[in-house]
Amino acid sequence: MSDHQAAHGAHQNSGGAVDHSHEAEHIAAHIGAYLKVGIGLLILTGVTVALSYVDFGSRANNIIVGMIVATFKASLVAAIFMHLKGEKMTIWKFLIFTCIFAAGLFFLTYLAHTDPVSGTSHSSHS
Amino acid sequence: MFSRIFKYLPFFSDAEVPYTVAARPDTGLYNAKLGIWLFLASEVMLFGGLFSAYIFLRIGAEPGYWPSGLLNVPVGTANTAVLIASSVTVVLAWAALKMRQLAKYKFYMAITILCGVFFLAVKLSYEWPAKFNHFGVFVRQSAASKYDEFLGNKHLSETGQAPRWEISGHLLDAPKGSPYADQAHHNAEHFAHETHRHDAVTEADDDYVIQLDPVNADPDSKENDRPHFLPRPLSSKLAVIKAADVESASTFAPRHSTYFATYFLITGLHGLHVLGGILVFLYLWLPIKGGTKLYQSNPEHLANRVEIAGLFWHFVDLVWIFVFPIFYLL
Repeated sequence: MSDHQAAHGAHQNSGGAVDHSHEAEHIAAHIGAYLKVGIGLLILTGVTVALSYVDFGSRANNIIVGMIVATFKASLVAAIFMHLKGEKMTIWKFLIFTCIFAAGLFFLTYLAHTDPVSGTSHSSHS
Repeated sequence: MFSRIFKYLPFFSDAEVPYTVAARPDTGLYNAKLGIWLFLASEVMLFGGLFSAYIFLRIGAEPGYWPSGLLNVPVGTANTAVLIASSVTVVLAWAALKMRQLAKYKFYMAITILCGVFFLAVKLSYEWPAKFNHFGVFVRQSAASKYDEFLGNKHLSETGQAPRWEISGHLLDAPKGSPYADQAHHNAEHFAHETHRHDAVTEADDDYVIQLDPVNADPDSKENDRPHFLPRPLSSKLAVIKAADVESASTFAPRHSTYFATYFLITGLHGLHVLGGILVFLYLWLPIKGGTKLYQSNPEHLANRVEIAGLFWHFVDLVWIFVFPIFYLL
């Protein structure tokens, strides 16, 4: 979609009349995909709920399975609904950096857990 | 400097903001697209911080202090479906604008707004109040053996499960001076009315009397070792807990536990995002200058606004995709 806009970038804020019919066709072709993804997400929601009642051996395993399904659902939303599939490189670069910083944030949590400041870890239960 | 900023704010000036439709040559994007993704990147860090706090607190919780199965799964599932449906309708609303179908746009946008309102209404009028009316008492570990008929720790340790320290249900009586005395009195009257039992309010000044959740009414049952999809009604069994044996007692509010503290914080912040999305959609739906009136002069500009608001909405949906399993299911 952005490719088309870039193509008639010379007509700044013209209302997008140029080459519009072509773009409209392009979008009409995508509507089926949006509906399919929506139905897929609803089914995956059911799958997430159902899998949470299956015993995968431990609570930790269930959490891993649940997070895998959730990550897949989130990817579908990002790729199709948020048009990341086929999005400009500029935005992908933003997201790559965001991922790096978010990973750093979670790494801090990991450090706090594995190497706690001495004297701060105590039980409040008696 | 400020006059240069005001020049571009629509409330102060009619000057045309550049690159609202056409792509900027250097970025290849219209400006708002770049802006919303920068904003969403900051949102990832905001929710990321809270999620990492959640992980930290959960991993650090001692055995038996991270509750599960306290939320209404069918209601949560239905709300998840509503949010996904609204993500579909907002993308259809955008597609309708791109195809210059104003009536369709207004229809899909109206559905999106209604879905958002429904989601919030369920949260605020049903899910949260139901928690505030529930009560839990964490028993001191040193006194837990006295209450094993409600905790079932013998059964849990024999079957290799985490211990249970909480007795929960509806509070029917609380020690004198407890902030929950009014609520307890109200529940006790209700209980007496429903069951024709008048032993709900005890004479002692320092007891918590609780009408038990099924898990505490029969803690040794295999039934209670697994989570349940459908919420089960309270039993009519009562437990009396001495105030001296209580480590902490609270309604299912943020102060109850780190579980409910993170639950209310994250779902509350998420709810604020839903509210923000609804307000923006309403603005874009109403026949005002920035809304559907814009369609007459520059339909592509309106389509881009809807795309930007939609990107935000999808992000809010995406956050919920993680919130739902970690609090409701796992």
